[in-house]
Amino acid sequence: MKDLLEKLSNMRGISGFEYRINGEIAELFKPYCDEVSIDTLGNVIAVKRCGKENAKKVLIEAHIDEIGLLVSGIEENGFISFVNVGGVDPRTLPSAEVVIHGKKDIKGVIGAKPPHLQSAGEESKSAKLCDMVIDTGLSAREVEENISIGDSITLPQSFGELLGSKYSGKSIDDRAGVAVLAEVLKSLKKFNIDVDVYAVSAVREEVGGYGAMTASYAINPDIAVAIDVCHGVTPDNSYSAYELGCGCVVTCGPNIHPKIFERLMETAKKYNIKTEIDVDGGNTGTDAWVMQVVRSGIPTGLLSIPLKYMHTSVETADLSDIKATADLLTFFIQGLDDEMEDWLCL
Amino acid sequence: MLIEKTKKLTEINGVSGDEGAVREYIKSQISEYADQVFTDTMGNIIALKKGNSEKKVMLSAHMDEVGFIVSGITEKGYIEFKSVGGIDTRVIISKKVTIGKKRVKGIIGMKAIHLQKRAERESVPQLKELYIDIGASSKDEALKHVSLGDYIAFETTAEILGSDTLKAKAIDDRAGCAILMELMKKPVVYDTYFCFTTQEEVGLRGARICAHRIEPDIALVVESTTCSDVYGYEEHEYVTNMGGGAVVTFMDRTTIVENSFRKWLYDSAKNNSIPVQYKRTTAGGNDCGRIHLAKGGVRAASVSVPCRYLHSPCGLASITDINAVYKLAEMFLDKICEVI
Repeated sequence: MKDLLEKLSNMRGISGFEYRINGEIAELFKPYCDEVSIDTLGNVIAVKRCGKENAKKVLIEAHIDEIGLLVSGIEENGFISFVNVGGVDPRTLPSAEVVIHGKKDIKGVIGAKPPHLQSAGEESKSAKLCDMVIDTGLSAREVEENISIGDSITLPQSFGELLGSKYSGKSIDDRAGVAVLAEVLKSLKKFNIDVDVYAVSAVREEVGGYGAMTASYAINPDIAVAIDVCHGVTPDNSYSAYELGCGCVVTCGPNIHPKIFERLMETAKKYNIKTEIDVDGGNTGTDAWVMQVVRSGIPTGLLSIPLKYMHTSVETADLSDIKATADLLTFFIQGLDDEMEDWLCL
Repeated sequence: MLIEKTKKLTEINGVSGDEGAVREYIKSQISEYADQVFTDTMGNIIALKKGNSEKKVMLSAHMDEVGFIVSGITEKGYIEFKSVGGIDTRVIISKKVTIGKKRVKGIIGMKAIHLQKRAERESVPQLKELYIDIGASSKDEALKHVSLGDYIAFETTAEILGSDTLKAKAIDDRAGCAILMELMKKPVVYDTYFCFTTQEEVGLRGARICAHRIEPDIALVVESTTCSDVYGYEEHEYVTNMGGGAVVTFMDRTTIVENSFRKWLYDSAKNNSIPVQYKRTTAGGNDCGRIHLAKGGVRAASVSVPCRYLHSPCGLASITDINAVYKLAEMFLDKICEVI
């Protein structure tokens, strides 16, 4: 599972540029499902059928896009200016390494003024995105030959192992969720199930949940469960955050169908899976929020993996939480049958 | 060979006060070319290559780099740290580091953008507000891997970008160390002391005692210096140009370089088609500042590699420039009779 997470986290595909990676992700799912397809927007949809006619459809979903940057201009001497795609923290960018996906992949560094040259007071102002540029070390001519406005830029490929079972990488959000999808389909091979499972690796979550919107429309599932990340506790924040290693975080609130929440918690208890409850008073900021109101409504659940330093190149998660999430979702699906309307009835 | 050696050296960690790993590597490489290798009380390497003993020549480059030191461990197992040398807090957020001799991996953490207030987003956190996350869940777990006083270095892979640009940490001053190591392979005119110094980044401390011990007749410091020929700066703010050749300093915060020596370096480079440029501000300083004041005073100058984004996890330098500094230092040793 660590290898899968590393492979996924190191893939480079920002929102709108998932075509760079969705073929490879489709290949990952092939061994565990009956069919895989890529839809118009680029969502990867893997279907595992139970073999029964008119079986109920369960959609499980995680997003494959990552936050990043886009080339917005090529300045004098070949320096490259950029804009953000998704919620990039500008304070993490000075001196970061990047890869520009031009005609070929070109490495660069986001420049920072050395302390020797700063005037008094300058060190207390944070750098603005519009004042930063990328330095590729190439000549202006080489830059112009290989890089165009609109090319995507990704942050460092820095998957690394910390102590315990913790790993850091640039896109654990939400490739950890994609790893959960693959793990669930793999585990379901061991069971006879009564529902068809649609595992959706969705595009464009970071810019508004558009992939999940169209995929859930096309599939028209009976229920949908999104898998995303939530904040991990750090020394400077414990509000609305969960300790790494706490297990799977299960959300309740207006975004979540109460019966799905209940059933997830019962399943966790039955199979002794560690969980925490996340209470969210409205928009969960995930694809679950989007899918809930697709067509005439989809009963929706949300499972989250605690993640420290979200939206940086060193997002950090605990493998045990990812496994707990996969286990919970597997047993949840295994317990589903045709009698959905009854237990979902409010 | 020179560039390969520079790359290799930048990937070794040697924060000021903890230069041991760099020292061991350099010693292992130079012993066959030196007549005598000596390590002093502060960890400076002084390697003597014998020539005519009438005069003593000193070449120096510093082994240390800027970094951090472990100053505390929280109950929850996070590492508190202080800086060693001049580092801008703005370049360290969410960067990767390695800690101590066990090279424990960590990341410099700060709460996610979603959780920051507007005022926080616009300000720069103080060093004491940041912490290093090694993945430990408790103080006890962290203490199994990290101790107070362990040194912390950036984790950066050295790479060549395009055809002429080296990307690495600690180009300042492993480029100088690599140049000295290569120069040692050649015969010298006078007794020449190749000094690989410590603690430059915290106050030019190692070079001071080296110069005192050697009492050289002339000294050349081989360094790396600021280069701001980048977007957003006016040309008069560039200091040096990357790709513009070896940098000769006439004055900085620590030295006013003796005129005849400085002029000889610049003119000889020009006459021998070695790309050369002046450092065009007086910001910064280097070991020359201490060497020229040693004992009764020493004729000393410095020649440097321009390096963009100095003192950050990720500097850039031109291979052309590194080669030019090598050639200028080589010329200094070859034609020493003209200047000594």
